[in-house]
Amino acid sequence: MIFKASTLPRWALLLIWVLIFAAIFAAPSVLPVFRLNLLGRFLSLAIVALGIDLIWGFTGLLSLGQGIFFAIGGYAAAMYLQLTSSANEINGIPEFFGLYGVQELPGFWEPFYSPIFTLIAIWLIPALLAGLLGNLVFRNRIKGVYFSILTQASLLVFFNFFNGQQKLINGTNGLKTDVSQLFGQMVGSANMQRSFFWLTCLLVILSWFLLRWVVRGRFGNVLIAIRDDEPRLRFTGFNPTLFKTIVFAIAGGLAGIGGALYTVQSGIVSPQYMTIPFSIEMVIWVAVGGRGTLLGAILGAVFINYAKSLVSEAFPETWLFIQGGLFIVVVCALPEGVIGWLQNGGVRNLLTRLGWSKPISTYPKLQNSGIDEVQP
Amino acid sequence: MELFFESLFNGVAIGSVLMVAALGLAIVFGLMGVINLAHGELIMLGAYTTYVVQLIFKLPALQSIYWAYILVAIPLAFVVSGVVGILLERTVIRRLYGNPLETLLATWGVSLILQQFVRSVPLAYASGIIFALLVGFSFPFLLPKKLLDGPSSQLFRAVGWFGSAIFGILLSGGLASQISTISRANSRNVDVTAPKWMRGGLEWMNLTFPVPRLVIIAMTILAVLAVLWFLNRSIWGMRIRAVTQNRSMSDCLGIPTDTVDVLTFGIGSGLAGVAGVAVSLLGSVGPNVGSSYIVGCFMVVVLGGVGNLFGTILASFSIGLLTDLIGAGRLLSLWPNMPSPLAATVDFFATTSMAQVMIFALIVIFLQFRPGGLFPLKGRTVEA
Repeated sequence: MIFKASTLPRWALLLIWVLIFAAIFAAPSVLPVFRLNLLGRFLSLAIVALGIDLIWGFTGLLSLGQGIFFAIGGYAAAMYLQLTSSANEINGIPEFFGLYGVQELPGFWEPFYSPIFTLIAIWLIPALLAGLLGNLVFRNRIKGVYFSILTQASLLVFFNFFNGQQKLINGTNGLKTDVSQLFGQMVGSANMQRSFFWLTCLLVILSWFLLRWVVRGRFGNVLIAIRDDEPRLRFTGFNPTLFKTIVFAIAGGLAGIGGALYTVQSGIVSPQYMTIPFSIEMVIWVAVGGRGTLLGAILGAVFINYAKSLVSEAFPETWLFIQGGLFIVVVCALPEGVIGWLQNGGVRNLLTRLGWSKPISTYPKLQNSGIDEVQP
Repeated sequence: MELFFESLFNGVAIGSVLMVAALGLAIVFGLMGVINLAHGELIMLGAYTTYVVQLIFKLPALQSIYWAYILVAIPLAFVVSGVVGILLERTVIRRLYGNPLETLLATWGVSLILQQFVRSVPLAYASGIIFALLVGFSFPFLLPKKLLDGPSSQLFRAVGWFGSAIFGILLSGGLASQISTISRANSRNVDVTAPKWMRGGLEWMNLTFPVPRLVIIAMTILAVLAVLWFLNRSIWGMRIRAVTQNRSMSDCLGIPTDTVDVLTFGIGSGLAGVAGVAVSLLGSVGPNVGSSYIVGCFMVVVLGGVGNLFGTILASFSIGLLTDLIGAGRLLSLWPNMPSPLAATVDFFATTSMAQVMIFALIVIFLQFRPGGLFPLKGRTVEA
């Protein structure tokens, strides 16, 4: 499948962007706090979706394990918040340690006293981990579905690890962040949540610019070449392993940032963020929005999650049916996603098929001579 | 020595459940190259079939032969999962041959739908729907070919589906009126009660062997032998292998590749149903029971080498043995005077979930040296 660089008319793109910005600026004053908070969460998921779009839409690596990096970013943020607000607890360590009789802070918590370390760790640890895991897989030329299966298995492994270690990171209960303090305010307060919303919007736009810079230019061309014909790329003297490792690390780092923002806005991080269904769900946001289009990843993540929360409130039973149907329909009928469909002239094709618009003639000569159709 | 045998037995038992579950996947994934993430849900359907069969045998009329329900459940589970698998192949997967990543996503969607299906549709009606599908699919084979090829073939097909729908409605109505537990939707886990002869254990040389596990091991051996016989000796098995090796050449030689695809997928799915019977004997049955097996199954297939049944057998037994050795902390009892730092490490991994962590790490290390698994495909395969 070949995705052309954006063929939407310039005014349409401009219109979409103006609408997006208007929505972002209007949201805090229009939406109630609860909905605003939801929108903020979905935007942080959009950052993860951008990462998936980079590795799947542009490089052709379908990772079913982005939940690992998402949750690790969340854990990094939550560990810092737990430490800053636990000075008054017994032993000066977070409260839950008392439940398991742990007296001393485990060593790997120590660096998270520092806010600067935490801000770096949120993206660097997931990125390094992704780079390491990716390199182990890519250098053996394991690819395609085998890569997907291995990422899924490693997701399960990380889930088991985080779920089982009560004494280190509170196991299945996860870490709560909403009652912790930051800059003298409760993280769960409306004021803080609004600032997190702005921060999320800013980071979505920044990561969009980052990825746009990555996928355009020579580097991006190599990525698309890996997706479309890797052996040929290798014959021309490139080393795909290096490129794949780098983009997988970038996607991991973005997932970490998204996870941290999601955690502070939902008030908890738990091993539930590493479940298999959640990580596959991330892929469907990108697939519906349009893989290979950065805008599609963002819009897909936000709209599908909004639809999910609306549908789950009204008819909780039906969401899995709808989601399952989405997977099947998108894969079978709309492989390039909504934005990709629009870009490839989908509207015109649809109108043509319905008979409301004239087909574009491929052979102008034939039409001029009065023959409408070429008979096979 | 006793400890050694007990460990071996447990390992073989864990491995055999994994193996029946992975056998179907090895056929679908290994021979057809189709990633079926709904395989776990086909296992779940097999487990639910066992549950329904068990309830039917509890009815007063059949109570006297309650002990034999498992003999009915195994073929029925094979058929139920097989029919659902064939439906899946006909509607979704056949459009996606050659696109493994797309197949993966679509089958995941199917698995979500199936999970919610058993949650919100009462089992009595679900059995009716599946029964109707079964009759509808097999109807054309029961009629003389002349009728189907004749001018009014469309009419006969329509009548067939109509009739099977009526069969389905009758069955679900009957089940719902006779067995009240399955006439309402139930999203909680259910339990399959084993017949009397399957409870308890067999004593032999100071060792106790739990009977359900022995049954599962026997089932596994039978399933493996049947699959090996089918693939190597029967005419359709040879056709399947021919299509696997060279699809276009087989097509030229007159092998109906389309039918072969359906058959392969149906058999792979049916084996998932048999695995479901095994799973239902080990614990409670719920909508999520299959998804806990699927990742393990894929690891077995990847470790064993894709497209190689012997690899699958060896891989599932080694994973089973390792799970038991690491997860139950048997290394410590086998070697009591272990140096303390090593003992602490062994202790750290001595739970089922941590054993999984360890085994996965071992598999990844193994794949560093043998990227193709235990028995990689030989020769120059085209890089897909």
